[in-house]
Amino acid sequence: MKLLKPENPVGIIGYGAYIPRYRIKTTEIARVWRGEGAGPIREKSVPGPDEDTITMSIEAGRNALARARVAPESIRAIWIGSESHPYAVKPSGTIVAEALGADSSISAADFEFACKAGTEALIAGMGFVGSGMARYMMAIGMDTAQGKPGDVLEYTAAAGGGALILGPAAESAAVLDGAYSYVSDTPDFWRRQTAKYPEHAQRFTGEPAYFDHIGHALRTYLDETGTTAKDYAYVIFHQPNAKFPQKIAKEAGFTPDQLAPGLLSPFIGNTYSGAVPLGLCATLDIARPGDRILAVSFGSGAGSDAFSLTVTSKIDEVRALAPTTQAYINRRTEIDYAVYAKYREKIDFDR
Amino acid sequence: MENPRHWRLKKQRYALVGEICPHCAVKIFPPRDVCPECGLEAKTSYQFSGKGKIYSYTKMTDGPAGFRQNAPYFVALIQLNEGPMITAQLTDVGDEEIKIGSPVEMVTRKLREDGDQHGAILYGYKFRPVLQEVSA
Ligand SMILES: [Zn+2]
Repeated sequence: MKLLKPENPVGIIGYGAYIPRYRIKTTEIARVWRGEGAGPIREKSVPGPDEDTITMSIEAGRNALARARVAPESIRAIWIGSESHPYAVKPSGTIVAEALGADSSISAADFEFACKAGTEALIAGMGFVGSGMARYMMAIGMDTAQGKPGDVLEYTAAAGGGALILGPAAESAAVLDGAYSYVSDTPDFWRRQTAKYPEHAQRFTGEPAYFDHIGHALRTYLDETGTTAKDYAYVIFHQPNAKFPQKIAKEAGFTPDQLAPGLLSPFIGNTYSGAVPLGLCATLDIARPGDRILAVSFGSGAGSDAFSLTVTSKIDEVRALAPTTQAYINRRTEIDYAVYAKYREKIDFDR
Repeated sequence: MENPRHWRLKKQRYALVGEICPHCAVKIFPPRDVCPECGLEAKTSYQFSGKGKIYSYTKMTDGPAGFRQNAPYFVALIQLNEGPMITAQLTDVGDEEIKIGSPVEMVTRKLREDGDQHGAILYGYKFRPVLQEVSA
């Protein structure tokens, strides 16, 4: 038995998205660096100068609490997955917990696993709630990703994410059917402690990293649950660009319609740890009771988490209680490379 | 052990937690433990909705150290829906026209940080144009 399944059934009782309002067109980045652009990714989201993974997690967390309709004091853990925690040492979780009004008798921790840190927190949370140690917990995947100026990653490294509150399946808007994690030591992408920008081994990012790990997790999850692509209304894959998720979806027999609601990278770029949680928020925004949703994340280094959900009738009660993912996508202010460089602290003011 | 006063300041700064008077139900921000209306003791904490309207505003074209990344920015007097008037920075001002009476909502943002990337980051409330009206 490879599936991860808790003793007591667990589900999502509240969810909340966040995407900052600024956008830079990939053609604008290409203009500055005389580069080739990023294909179907038209623009990417950029955080404002007063935003970081903590402030963005606070807003997504508030949206999730509004939908969950539970007191913040009843949340027993807040776990934040990100590769852009503002502090190298000092947890993001304590600040987010304080701002959300959570009690001090709480587990607050930061997770790190490149782009799958958010789903890592979610799966750990399934165990925390499913064992009965906690009634409710919040798992967040959030990033303000940066690429080296002029590097291929700069075209897509974006900002955003989602917060998910887990609780007993009976209270949930979507029941978690189960999960599966697959990892291997793969040197495709990394950032050392004091480095501002990540490094990546170009030849490793496609086949041996993304496709191999997602493929393993996806096939194993489908085999173990005895399901196929047809059993799911929607599917969400990690989306470092638009091409990779489209390719894996097609190979696995998913239609473009199943992929579309959760494929946000063409509009906002790659939100790293935020990508799958955010794609899930966007999908829950439109899902109907009874729909099954499959999600498969990928994190460099490397690993993949697969899990699925069955939407309940409670979705119709909670959906309108917080802003939709689409409201954040639609709220956009375009900036040029100069403003972007200022916002992302690529200009040094104090030296 | 945490200083309770400091702890309360954080709640107030991160999430707009004030007080409500148990005698006359007036909502108080910032918390001051004494009701400005009836003069009686008021220590019951109260979570403000974060919704309000711009009462007055000014545009800052330059900022002090720690704020320069943000310039130009707006500072506004905001009348909270629950009554109190507070001063706060506006953020995420895009194409919306900022004018007296514009509806705004509270967000928690970075207020200040040391430019040298070594100091602590200070977080607190700011206000922005309302993102999407949500039925509460
Ligand atoms: Zn009073």
